[in-house]
Amino acid sequence: MNKLKKENSFSISEHLKKYAVTYMFIAMSVFFIVVSGLDMNYVASQLLLRLNRNAFIVLALIIPIIAGMGINFAITIGAMAAQIGLLLTINWKVTGVPGILLAAAITLPLASFFGFIIGKLLNKMKGQETIGSMILGYFANGAYQLLFLFIFGNIIPLNDNVTIVGATGVQNTLNLTGDVGLYMAVDGIWHLSFEITLYIILALIAVYMLVRYFIKKGSTIKLACGILALAVVGGVFQIPVINDVFTGRYSGGREINIPVITWAVVGILCLFNAFIMKTRLGQKFRAVGQNRVVANAAGIDVNRTRIIAIMISTVLAGWGQIMFMQSDGIGTFQTYAAHEQVGLYAGAAILVGGASIDRATNFQALIGTFLFHSLFITAQSAASNLFGDSAVGEYFRAFLSYGVIAVALVIYAWRGAQQSKRGGLNLEAIRGEKAMKKL
Amino acid sequence: MAEYVLEMNGITKEYGQNAVLKDVTLRVRPGEIHALLGENGAGKSTLMNILFGMPVIHSTGGFKGQVVMDGANVKITSPMDAMSKGIGMVHQEFMLIPGFSITENIKLNREISKSWLASKMLGREMEVLDQNKMAADAKKALSSVSIGIDEYSLVGGLPVGYMQFIEIAREIDKANMKVMVFDEPTAVLTESEAQQLIGVMKSIAESGIAIIFITHRLDEVMQAADRITILRDGKLVTSVDKSQTTAEKLAALMIGRGEEGMMRVKARENEISDEIALKVRNLWVDMPGEAVRGINLDVRKGEIIGIGGLAGQGKIGLPNGVMGLYPAVGEAELFGQPIKLNDPASALRAGMAMVSEDRRGVGLLLDQSIEENIVFNAMQVHGDYLNGFLRLKNGRAIRKYAEKMIKELDIRCTSPLQPTGTLSGGNQQKVCVARALALNPKFMFVSEPTRGIDIGAKQLVLDTLVKLNREQGITIVMVSSELQELRSVCDRIAIVVEGKVSCILKPDSSDASFGLAMSGSKLSGGEQA
Repeated sequence: MNKLKKENSFSISEHLKKYAVTYMFIAMSVFFIVVSGLDMNYVASQLLLRLNRNAFIVLALIIPIIAGMGINFAITIGAMAAQIGLLLTINWKVTGVPGILLAAAITLPLASFFGFIIGKLLNKMKGQETIGSMILGYFANGAYQLLFLFIFGNIIPLNDNVTIVGATGVQNTLNLTGDVGLYMAVDGIWHLSFEITLYIILALIAVYMLVRYFIKKGSTIKLACGILALAVVGGVFQIPVINDVFTGRYSGGREINIPVITWAVVGILCLFNAFIMKTRLGQKFRAVGQNRVVANAAGIDVNRTRIIAIMISTVLAGWGQIMFMQSDGIGTFQTYAAHEQVGLYAGAAILVGGASIDRATNFQALIGTFLFHSLFITAQSAASNLFGDSAVGEYFRAFLSYGVIAVALVIYAWRGAQQSKRGGLNLEAIRGEKAMKKL
Repeated sequence: MAEYVLEMNGITKEYGQNAVLKDVTLRVRPGEIHALLGENGAGKSTLMNILFGMPVIHSTGGFKGQVVMDGANVKITSPMDAMSKGIGMVHQEFMLIPGFSITENIKLNREISKSWLASKMLGREMEVLDQNKMAADAKKALSSVSIGIDEYSLVGGLPVGYMQFIEIAREIDKANMKVMVFDEPTAVLTESEAQQLIGVMKSIAESGIAIIFITHRLDEVMQAADRITILRDGKLVTSVDKSQTTAEKLAALMIGRGEEGMMRVKARENEISDEIALKVRNLWVDMPGEAVRGINLDVRKGEIIGIGGLAGQGKIGLPNGVMGLYPAVGEAELFGQPIKLNDPASALRAGMAMVSEDRRGVGLLLDQSIEENIVFNAMQVHGDYLNGFLRLKNGRAIRKYAEKMIKELDIRCTSPLQPTGTLSGGNQQKVCVARALALNPKFMFVSEPTRGIDIGAKQLVLDTLVKLNREQGITIVMVSSELQELRSVCDRIAIVVEGKVSCILKPDSSDASFGLAMSGSKLSGGEQA
C-alpha cells in the first residue's frame, strides 16, 4: 500500500467556524469594556476576582464532556451537597481552614452518592444527558427545600445560630463572615501582588524550560526563543499603561493581589483533569465519549465509566461551590437559591471558551470563565451608558447565558447532521459531477 | 494436539418456535482459511453469535450442541470470554474510534500501563499509560499486516481501506489468538485492497491461526479458502475442500432449492408489450444501509419484475429512491414523463404507489382504523373521498370502498373501524396493498411484501399481486429477499449487487446463475442490464 499523504488540516476558515462563539465574545467583551467607561484597573481586579471564584466549578464540567455526557447541569446537585456541608460546619462552629476541610469532607460522600444516582439516571437517557441533567437539577431543588425547611431543625437538630428564629427550618441567608470564620478561609491564607506572582510564574516556566533542555536535549533555538518570549512578557508588563492596570501605581488605583492558595488549588485541578486523561480510566472516558459501541465491543463497561465521570464531576462541583462561597466578596449565601444558577453560568462559561457538547479542555474552561465574566462585570454600566437603564444589563445577562447554551446545542446538532451525511453517499458531489458532464 | 482448533458440533438454536439453526456442524483446522457461505438468513450470524457468547443467545434460552476448542469442551459465556479463549473478530462495521490514534485503537482496553503511588492506592484504573510500549506493539502488529503507516496518526483521517487492516492488526496483537472471524471483510475495499487483504489472511493462516471467512464473493472464496462450509435455511448443506468444487457448484448449493418452496400462481396469458413503463438512469439513493449507486433499469408495461439480491446491496433503496422517500440523484421517467425526485407527493400524483417494506413504520397509521388507512393517501394526494366546499370526509364513500377492499383482499377483521395496529402481519400487509390500490395506480412498487407473515398469508398476498397485474394491468416492481417468491411470480428478476443491477435473469434460470449473480461474480451469465 502506498504511503499516506500528510494532510495539513489547519485552515483559518475552519478555525473561525469552530471558535465562532469565542471570537464573538472576545469582540463583545472589548466593545462592552469600552462602552462601559469603567476604569481598566477596576475591570482587571474584578475579572481576576471572579476568575478565582468561578474557575474551579467550571473545570468540574470537563470530565463528563469528554466522557460524552454533554454539559453536566446536575453540578447544581454537587453545589447542594456543598451547602449541606457548609451548613453543618457552621452549625458545629468549626472555623478557618479546618472548617473548609470539614465542609469538603462532608461534601465528598454526599456528592459521590448523588453523582452515582445521577449517573444511573443519565445512563437511562443516553443522548439526552444535557437536558436530563438540567431537569434533575430542578427536581433535586425540591428535595433540597424539603431537607432544609423541614428535616433540618425538626428531625436533625440544629443550633439556634442557623435556624429561623421562632420557627423551624434553616435561615434564609447563611453567613460565613465574622465569628463563623469561613469567609476567605482559603483566599486569605496568602496574598501576593499580581506583579510578583507574574514574575514568579515566568521564572518557574524558564526553569522548567531549562531543565527540559538539559534532560531531553531539546533544540537550542527553541529554548532561546522561549526565554526571549518570557523576557518580552516581563518587559511589556513594565510599560506604565499596562503596569498601571494591575498595580494602580501611576494613577493611584488599587494594587491587585492574588490569593495564592486558591490559585494553586485551581492549578492542581487543571493538572488533575489533564493527568486523569493519561490513565487507564481517562482512556476509558475518552473511548466511551467518542463511541459507546466501539468501547463496549472492546469490553469497556460503558455505564460504569459514565457513572464514575459524573461522580467525579459532582464532587468537584461541590468543592467548587465551597471555594466560591468562601471567596473574597461573597461571605453570605442564599440558603434556598445559591445553587440554582451554578449549572447555568458554569455551562455557559465553558461554551463561551470554545468547548462544545463533546469537547472541552482546561484552557477553554479558563478562557470561557474569563470572557463570560468580563461581560458580566461590564454589562450593567454599558447598558446604563447606552440605554440609560442599568436593568437592561441585567436582562442581557440572562439572555446571554441561555443564548450561548442554545447556540451550542444547535451547533452540536448541526455538526452531527453534517457528519451523518458524510457517512452515506455524497449526493451533492454526484449531482455536481453530472452537471459538469452536461456542460 | 487435536486435529481441529475449533469444533461446533450439532448446533441447534431456536428463537421461540422458530428454529434458525438445525444440527449444524463446523470444524476448523489450525492454520486453515475456512469460508462460511450462505444467503441472508441462512444462519451464519447466529452461528457466529453462539461462537462469541453474545448476550442475545443466552437471553433467548441458549443453544443445543457443543463447542470444542483444541479437543476440550468449552462454554463461552460472553464476548469477553470468547476473546480470552483466543477467538477474535474483524467486524464488517469498523469497531474503531476515529479520534484515537492507531496505537490507541489497537490497544483499546488492553493498554499497557505503569503503576505509581495513586494506582497502588486506588487500583489499576489510575495507572498511567505507557504510550511508547503501546506504540511498539502496534508497530509490530501493523507490520504483520504489511502496511507501513505511522502508528501515532489518527484513525479518523485514514482512507476506509486502511481501517480494515487496523482492525486485523488489533486482533493479531491479542495474545494467544487461535481463531479469527472475518465478517465480509472485503465489502468496503477496492479490488487491489481486497487482493492485499487476501494475502494478509493467507500469511496469518500460515502462522497457525485459523480463519473463518464469511463472505458472499465466490471469486474470493475460490482464491483464498482451503475449505468451505455452506449453510442454507439454518441447515448444513455441505463442507468441502476447495479442490473438490467450483464456484458454479458453490452457487448452486447456496441457493439450491430447486422447486421447493415455489408458490403456484396464475399463469400469464397475454404478452407483455415492449412499451417502457419505468425508465431509471444512473440513479443514486442515499438510503442508510441500502445505498443505490447509479442504477439503470427498464421496466416494461404490464410485467411483474422482481428485484433480488443480498441484504445491504441496495435493492430496497430503488423503490424508496424513486418514490422520493430517501434523497436521490439521477433520472427516472414514468411512461415517458420525468419523475420529480425527492418529492413523495409528486411521485404519488404521477400514478405510482408503493407498499413499503417498513409496514409498521412508514406503511400504516397503527392507531387509525382500517378504512382511514385505506383511503388516507387517496384523500391526501388526489382529494378523493372528500365532499363539497369544505372538503369534509365522505364517510359513506369511504366505508363502501373499505368494505369492498376488505372483501376482495380477504382482510380478516371485526369491522372497517378496527385499528390496524391490532391486525396480524398478513392482514396489515393487505391493508397496505388496499391503500396503494385506492390511488388507482398504473404502477406499483411492492417492497418485501411477505416479510414477517405466515405461509398461508404469503400465498394470498402474492395471489393478490398477480391478480392485480393480470386483471387490471398494473405494472409491478416487486422487491424481495426471498428468491423463491420472486421466481414464483415474476416475469424477470433483476439482481442488485453493490447498488447496481448486476444482471437480469429469467425465473427459470439455474440456481447456479442466481447464486453467482448475487455474489457479484463475473462468471455469471444472463441478460446484462
